[in-house]
Amino acid sequence: MSAGAALEFRVAIREAIVEEMERDESVVFFGEDIAAEQGGVFAVTPGIQERFGTERVFDTPISELAITGAAFGAAVTGLRPIIEIMFGDFMGLAMDSLINQSAKYWYLSREQRSVPLVVRSAVGGGGRFGAIHSQTHATWFQGVPGLKIAFPSSPAEAKGLLKAAIRDDNPVIFLEHKRLYSVKAQAPAPGEVLPLGQARVARPGRDLTIVSAGKGVPDALEAAGQLARDDRIEAEVIDLRTLRPLDIDAVLASVARTNRMLAVEEGPATGGWAAGLLGIVAEHGLHDLDDVWLLSTDELPIPYSPTLEDAFIPGAAAIASAVRERAGVVVGR
Amino acid sequence: MTVDEQIVTEAPAAYLERYGLMLLIRLFETEMQRLFLKGEVHGTTHLSAGQEAVPVGVCSALAPDDYLAGTYRGHGHALAKGTHPDALLAEMLGRVTGVCGGRAGSMNVIDAEHGLVGCFGIVGGSIAAATGAALAAKGQGRVAVAMFGDGATNHGYFHECLNFAQVLALPVVFVCENNFYGEFTPMLKVTAGGDIAGRAAAYGIPASVVDGNDLWAVREAAVEAVARARSGGGPTLLECQTYRHHGHSKADPAKYRPPEEVERWLARDPLGVAKARLAELGVSEQELSEVEETTRARMEQAVQSALAAAYPDPAGETATEFAP
Ligand SMILES: Cc1ncc(C[n+]2csc(CCOP(=O)(O)OP(=O)(O)O)c2C)c(N)n1
Ligand SMILES: [Mg+2]
Repeated sequence: MSAGAALEFRVAIREAIVEEMERDESVVFFGEDIAAEQGGVFAVTPGIQERFGTERVFDTPISELAITGAAFGAAVTGLRPIIEIMFGDFMGLAMDSLINQSAKYWYLSREQRSVPLVVRSAVGGGGRFGAIHSQTHATWFQGVPGLKIAFPSSPAEAKGLLKAAIRDDNPVIFLEHKRLYSVKAQAPAPGEVLPLGQARVARPGRDLTIVSAGKGVPDALEAAGQLARDDRIEAEVIDLRTLRPLDIDAVLASVARTNRMLAVEEGPATGGWAAGLLGIVAEHGLHDLDDVWLLSTDELPIPYSPTLEDAFIPGAAAIASAVRERAGVVVGR
Repeated sequence: MTVDEQIVTEAPAAYLERYGLMLLIRLFETEMQRLFLKGEVHGTTHLSAGQEAVPVGVCSALAPDDYLAGTYRGHGHALAKGTHPDALLAEMLGRVTGVCGGRAGSMNVIDAEHGLVGCFGIVGGSIAAATGAALAAKGQGRVAVAMFGDGATNHGYFHECLNFAQVLALPVVFVCENNFYGEFTPMLKVTAGGDIAGRAAAYGIPASVVDGNDLWAVREAAVEAVARARSGGGPTLLECQTYRHHGHSKADPAKYRPPEEVERWLARDPLGVAKARLAELGVSEQELSEVEETTRARMEQAVQSALAAAYPDPAGETATEFAP
């Protein structure tokens, strides 16, 4: 795939897995229905078992704790597992192994062995899948030292970040927003591997900084476009790429330029990454700040009905009006 | 009177009514398919057509205030337990008149009034919900039933709850709807030993394999298991073998299933099996078609009322995070 060609998000994920499995024989891939003809419920991984065989790519029983626990055991004994926990919501069933084993092993073993594994899951709302097939589990893991959490925003980002996650020697929780799977956009340069823990400026701007991750980034970019066109507000959009580690320096540098920050999270404010980010920015960047606030969801489960779900999730329109309401009068010229 | 005698001496009219309920579930699923394609049902949906005899047979053995915990393939579970078709369909359509006001949707229906603890979207979740309901049911003279698939028997929920329920002698019936597939994966490929009912032996729980497409067989097994539970005899595992007529969810064409296998199961459609048996018992064509007519009219009414209902207005939502 050459740079410039359009790449679909789900294909970007597939290419990253294939390229890394080709590059490193110790990479294995397993999960529920991932090897079936369709390649998982979101058709992300068809053909991978045919290519690498049943020893390296296989379907498992519906046993999330066994999948995740086995990935841990395999990771500390020479394999580099990529596992799929189909919907992020099901991570509840896998948490013990990740939190109490994978995340702690490197430290507790006094660096005897690292835990190179990747847990891929589909996350996010907007698909009318209801309260337990729409959550974003990142913040369930936010406060666990030893875990990395990646949340790509585009096909190119997905490919580069997943390749990095597979090569990383730490457990990486990898979030794939459902409503990005069918997005087609520019492919990355061949072989590109993105750093974990380094945010990027997705759009430069001088009037305020909008920080997000995953689907929040294209939403913020769309909102920024509307604000530039209709309100002559130039928003800078920061794509965090990873929620753990958080690239505080990149955010502070942007806030130093714009003096205003909005963090957009598809999830409740309490205990969310956005609220945590606000705290850190206030602590370290107070002298640069004129305003700082966040756009999140209600403190409620995600509703099913289209009218309720649409009102619940902060999309581009909600971001744009949040900026207009809060800062439009002050910022607009 | 023994369980067998009860079943045998029961008037055919009771079975005719149960046949009507099975047909209602079938018609409901047909409407779900149609309304999904029209964009009225959102996200995804899991149809249970082909499996109707299991929930109807099981619920026929329950009292109205007994508990049932079902799954995301749960339209039949809810209807068999007594959820009103209008309220269930409206929920699927995300309308404000839905049994959960449109908040829950297809995979998460809850209807406490009818003893439906919930239809759980997490595989295995129903097993724990019913186990817990049995803890409460014990002091209430009630029984709890868990419905779950073959795939769920590989989950920690299954093994932990069977052990837990037996240790505490809980009044619970574990009903596995073995339709031989979990999503796109054949049961035998991911189930060590291949014998689901056989797993109960490890926990000292009585179990049997049941023809899940035969209403009479399901009812008989359920009546016995429920009687055991209610009289303090503890849990039972019923492996009801059946088959889904559709794919796993919405647009899954189920190409992974061999055509001969599908044919074989379609030939044993639980509705056809029940109809033939009713005829044998002397139920007339006329009586059958009367029940079919009434059921069709009932379903049609549900569709009309659900489609006429409003969507919830986010501004008017009264949701609170916490119970007061
Ligand atoms: C804990 C959990 N893991 C995975 C899933 C995704 N999933 C939904 S249905 C299903 C297959 C379940 O198969 P089975 O238990 O046989 O029930 P059936 O769908 O055949 O009725 C899977 C894997 C889920 N909902 N919950
Ligand atoms: Mg099944």
